[in-house]
Amino acid sequence: MKKILSILSGLALIGSVAQAKLNVVATTGDLGSIAKEIGGDKIEITTLGKPTEDPHFVDAKPSFIVKLNHADVVVEGGAELEIGWLPALLDQARNGKIATGAPGHISCATGVPLIDVPATLDRSRGDIHAAGNPHYIVSPSNAKIVARNIADGLSAIDPKSADVYQANLKKFDDEIDAKLVEWHKTLAPFQGQSVVAYHDSWPYFAKEFGLKIDLFLEPKPGIPPSPAHLAEVIGKMKGENARVIIVDPYLNRKTADTVAAHTGAQVVEVTQFPGGIKGTEDGYIQMEDYLVNSLAKALGQK
Amino acid sequence: MKKILALLCLGLVVPIVSAQETNEVEKLKQQLQQVQDKLEKERNEDRQLIQALSQKVNDLLKQTQAATTSAPSAVATAPTDAEKAKLEAELAGELGPAATNQPAAMPARSWSPAEPITIAHAGSAYMNISFDALMDVGGSSKGDPSAQLELGDHDPIKNGFSLRNAEIAVDGAVDPYLKGFGNIVLKLDKNNETQIELEEAYAQTTALPWNLQAKAGQFFAAFGRQNAQHPHQWAFVDEPIILNRAFGPEGLRNIGAQGSWLLPTSFYTEATLGILDGQGGTAFGFRNPGDADALGVNRFHGRATVNRGLRGPGDLVFAPRLASSFDLTDQQTLVAGVSGAFGPNDTGVGKRTEIYGADLYWKWKAPDAHEGFPFVSWQTEVLYERFEAGADPSAPTPLPAETLRDWGFYSQVLWGFKPRWVAGLRGEYANGDRGAFDAEDIYRGERTRISPAITFFPSEFAKLRLQYNYDHGALFGDAHSVWLQMEFLLGAHGAHKF
Repeated sequence: MKKILSILSGLALIGSVAQAKLNVVATTGDLGSIAKEIGGDKIEITTLGKPTEDPHFVDAKPSFIVKLNHADVVVEGGAELEIGWLPALLDQARNGKIATGAPGHISCATGVPLIDVPATLDRSRGDIHAAGNPHYIVSPSNAKIVARNIADGLSAIDPKSADVYQANLKKFDDEIDAKLVEWHKTLAPFQGQSVVAYHDSWPYFAKEFGLKIDLFLEPKPGIPPSPAHLAEVIGKMKGENARVIIVDPYLNRKTADTVAAHTGAQVVEVTQFPGGIKGTEDGYIQMEDYLVNSLAKALGQK
Repeated sequence: MKKILALLCLGLVVPIVSAQETNEVEKLKQQLQQVQDKLEKERNEDRQLIQALSQKVNDLLKQTQAATTSAPSAVATAPTDAEKAKLEAELAGELGPAATNQPAAMPARSWSPAEPITIAHAGSAYMNISFDALMDVGGSSKGDPSAQLELGDHDPIKNGFSLRNAEIAVDGAVDPYLKGFGNIVLKLDKNNETQIELEEAYAQTTALPWNLQAKAGQFFAAFGRQNAQHPHQWAFVDEPIILNRAFGPEGLRNIGAQGSWLLPTSFYTEATLGILDGQGGTAFGFRNPGDADALGVNRFHGRATVNRGLRGPGDLVFAPRLASSFDLTDQQTLVAGVSGAFGPNDTGVGKRTEIYGADLYWKWKAPDAHEGFPFVSWQTEVLYERFEAGADPSAPTPLPAETLRDWGFYSQVLWGFKPRWVAGLRGEYANGDRGAFDAEDIYRGERTRISPAITFFPSEFAKLRLQYNYDHGALFGDAHSVWLQMEFLLGAHGAHKF
């Protein structure tokens, strides 16, 4: 019996050695894109959620169980972003390597200064997130923390490629740092200007670039806009001279258009995930470029 | 904060401002501008401070990183994967099977000052706990709906109000090897007295090798799709007729153990085998003593039941299932399965029950779905039951030994046509061959039901559902029912399977 066990475990390990690339599964496209930058050709990346999809409401499809079963590493956003679907998948994946707490389970929110952490958990305020707002990656500073978490996680699992991961991290960091100067410069003329969002997914972006994104078409997170609330928002928009409304691909564009028609504001399509909008498929930096430039363009129009 | 207050004040003031008071508005606007400017100035100062500090942090991090990146030189001399594998295999041999399959070590994570301090949130508790209540109000044209129409234990049991499922659900990690689940259901009987049942209580493994998973305890058998779902996941107020006929009011739910294997195929295929004690009302067609009649005799399909204890493994219920899933496109997923349940029954010595099922689930979801809407899903289950009934010459009408065959299906389409709204339509048919006891048996005979329903979810944690049932049965003719269902859920509820 012992002999059989040792042969079998030996075989299993040889099998995993033969597969040189680390099999990495990312829950969403932004994480997948950053993991790709860090892992380079040392990893094979699979992304579960589609870039146009609401990250809170991805279906726990059985095909994902198979993907997670084969994975060496899972990269999740954490902070309850995937709470509605990832735990059920991990339960069924039978893969100890990526179980919560295992080295192959990289939670990217680790070390990210999360904001809007509720002092009390009370759902009368809407669908709140107990750990804080989980849409943190749109801030490039946080993307750097994510990249570090991924690089450290991959290095721990695959120490012989650690120098590659750390070098890629440095490259990514340098690129972000260089771009950050450019992005701040682009948005500098619009400091303090009010931008309206459909859902409160943009506080980190606002904080990073000194914008004011605190008017929402939703009265409370997850609660659809009512005419009464929209009327209030329209009033406030006029008071604050807010001229731009941002909408994610999976949110109701029609509502934004209606409000825009009443206020003369411009609707700008935004995405948190590379590929969510045409021209952002290349990855995180291209997406951030798009976000900064399209917002600057809209804010610059009189 | 000040700004928000100022805004709120402005909001309150504006509606009562009349035309001649525009000066007042101008003044307020100026004030607002001043507050804004002041805030902006403070904000900029803060931002500069943050930037300076983060620069400092980055520099420090780079230093530590430089220190750690010098470490990989040591890695070069570290054992290769193949060597490690060999060593591991050797160690496995030396230490015996107990030492293998330890879950990967969990690195201790220290708290970083950058992290916020939070009070108890879901991730920090030892278990999720939730309370879910489902209640119904409505009525049927047949008076007592539970007599013939609604046979499920969580279905509305009387005209007027009923509350048949107030469920306390807990789940969490027991240790690195096990997860634990519990469901305690409270419900009100016809006299609104509280009943309690231990619906589920089981532990499930998390770290078995070779894609295996096991669970043990009291649980719903993995038969088809709906049997294993809790009422709050159901798309209609009541349970499908054929499931009630095959598995009784409470579904096939028993104490036992279950093993499952995720096959190493490129698409999802899972093979499951449940072994259940098979005793009592939650193993309805099996070793179930049935209900007492007027004479105080326990009867099942009209027959007095024998008290048949467990004599060997052959008296357990075996429930195998095989399910596969395919993503037809990025937007469409198909799940198909076949299930069975086999075991002895109490209508006579050596009498057995066999239940076979096939199920299909298809779902389309829009590529840019908002909160999961819009979607269309289609679910169908077909069941066939072969029940060997023992002879009962002492019954009020003497009954022969015979084999009863029953079959039926339900098919339901759900259309989530806009966020928070789901329209559903279910069609059902159930029938069986004629048996000596047929005329009086509500679990047999031909029956058809059509149920349109509309469900509104004010949020993810509540729903309102309006359902109409057109029922036709050989036993009762035509029946009409209307039910309004309300649900609310408190607390942290575990994520659901697809």
